[in-house]
Amino acid sequence: MSESGIDVSRDLAVAEPAVRDGVLAGRRSAARAAGVVIALIVALAVPLYLDAFWLRLGMFAFAGVAAALGLGLLLGQAGQLSLGHSFFVAVGAYGYTFLAAEDRTVGVSHQAGLGLPPVVALVLAVSLAGVAGLLFSPIAARLRGIYLGIASLGLVFVGQHVLFNMEALTGGFNGRNVPGFTLLGLSFDDLPGETLYVLGVPFGREEKLWYLGLAVAAIAYLTCRNLVRGRPGRALRAVRDRELMAGIMGVPVTRYKAYAFLVSSMYAGLGGVLLALAFGRIVPETFGMLLAVEYLAMVVIGGLASPAGAVAGAVFVSCLPAVLERYAAVLPGLAPDGAEGISPAIAARFAFGTAIVALLLLEPGGAAAIGGRLRSRARRARRP
Amino acid sequence: MEQLLQLLVGGVSLGAVYALLALGFVIVYKASGVVNFAHPALLMVGAYVTARLSAAGDVPFLVAVLVGVGGAAVVSLTIQMLLVSPVARRSVVAASILTIGVDVVIQTEITRRIGADILPMGDPWQNRVVTVGGLTIPQTRIVALVVGIALIAAFFGWFKLSTWGIAMRAVAEDPETAALMGVRRQRVSALAWCLAGLLAAVAGLFITVFPSPGLEPVTATIALRAFPAAIIGGLDSTNGAVVGGLVVGVAEVMTQGYASELSFLGLGFHTVMPYVVMVLVLLARPSGLFGTRELHRV
Repeated sequence: MSESGIDVSRDLAVAEPAVRDGVLAGRRSAARAAGVVIALIVALAVPLYLDAFWLRLGMFAFAGVAAALGLGLLLGQAGQLSLGHSFFVAVGAYGYTFLAAEDRTVGVSHQAGLGLPPVVALVLAVSLAGVAGLLFSPIAARLRGIYLGIASLGLVFVGQHVLFNMEALTGGFNGRNVPGFTLLGLSFDDLPGETLYVLGVPFGREEKLWYLGLAVAAIAYLTCRNLVRGRPGRALRAVRDRELMAGIMGVPVTRYKAYAFLVSSMYAGLGGVLLALAFGRIVPETFGMLLAVEYLAMVVIGGLASPAGAVAGAVFVSCLPAVLERYAAVLPGLAPDGAEGISPAIAARFAFGTAIVALLLLEPGGAAAIGGRLRSRARRARRP
Repeated sequence: MEQLLQLLVGGVSLGAVYALLALGFVIVYKASGVVNFAHPALLMVGAYVTARLSAAGDVPFLVAVLVGVGGAAVVSLTIQMLLVSPVARRSVVAASILTIGVDVVIQTEITRRIGADILPMGDPWQNRVVTVGGLTIPQTRIVALVVGIALIAAFFGWFKLSTWGIAMRAVAEDPETAALMGVRRQRVSALAWCLAGLLAAVAGLFITVFPSPGLEPVTATIALRAFPAAIIGGLDSTNGAVVGGLVVGVAEVMTQGYASELSFLGLGFHTVMPYVVMVLVLLARPSGLFGTRELHRV
């Protein structure tokens, strides 16, 4: 405020509180840095203490985080509704599988693959999802929010049709095994006979994948946050709020809309690769409309315009079904599959649906807005 | 030739059913600016109530249908009054996303109630067929066509002539001026949602009778094809909805009928045909065939 230097005399009147705010802000950012360090230590230590169930769940959450960040960028920043996100996730998942798998014939079915190193396959799969997004963007850039939402719904159905029918590439209805990940000679798979021990804890596939997922999700979050805070984010928000005005201010509207679609589908592709690794075997059934709605739920629950919110929403939506399943026996009203009562999968779906409705009705800012309000209340309470 | 004619009749009949769905969808969009993603759920509610009532056996089929239609209209009205209307005042996009949540909740509940069963509709036509000039047509298809045409004609007559119809068109044209002229927008939009529920339930009946086995959870996927129908015609055009419905119906039945010639496109291509047509139309005309083009004045 006071550094603008335009009207010093008026700014002087509020200089004192501004200085105090500055001191508080310094203290706050120190507290925030400490919080980040603690969160990082906890996340790194998790595989030492928790069992494979939670680690596998974590991998699904990381996959959800990467994909949800992309959808958040598209919906929250660029204001474009997409119900086709699961298609781009599928491109990433199957792209990785095809590129990394060896070409082989099992019985009568031939499964094509290029046998590339997994890291190269990951990068190429993400680019492939980006290319798919670019191919769709001539349609996306011309349509406004709602039209695009329905048009992208078509993408999911056409995509699933292709997945079911291109058996050499996708394994068809029965799906296909996902090759494990390796990085610089370190395998992220279970190797019989050479189990890695870290601090006396045996590190299997789940433990190693946790670190991979954590690293990828963290990088995805940081890049997304920078994008949102920087010039591209501002341009996208201008396009969202008033296309015409953004154009007058010098934002190339059509190019930015295509750009939003490209980046969002690349995040989706990254999420797809992680999801494929988490599953170990992927089937076309997974990548349907329900998955697209789940991504939408993540973004809405987290708060549309906030990357941190998207992370929270992704963790919540990815973990809820499995957690409900694990505790089905002790939770009231729930029953394991087959027994009388509401099954955990159905209960989770009720929860997403209700959460979308309730948040849009009562708190459109989602979890991010609720978090922000709690923080500012705590700050006020601390102030003398 | 005979096969072509037969497919054409089947396609037009299915198209009339899609047109009913698309019409309801378009009416809601015109009256309230909200894209109702819960439309398939309304269809499921209507079909479910009808199936359960007629399976119980002690009510005539017609009564079961009427109760189903009424039920869907009431559910639709409730969604509009309690959930959509407060949010739509702030943002129509948020309200549209909200309807996705509503759709998930309602469909999950109905899927849970149906379970692994396929509910028969208990209709009087069953799988009887009529032979006209060498063409074999199921009775259900003929009834669907007749009812579809009658409802569409009734709707357009009402829309063009009645006071409510004029009020609805006024709101669609210019909401603020309509409000200044004394049109109660809340009531108009409530009526639109009611009508949408009603039309969806009727369409639901004809989607679940012969040749389909009955009401099952995947019925909602068929109902989703009303979206491409509405988009092809143009989201804000009632005429367009009818044309879009017919295009989607004919395209789907044709692809299914000539599946053996189109086998290079893969198994079950007819289920994605509506979306392919939609994308092609959107490439040429971004607001659909009859939709209003958005103009910008600089």
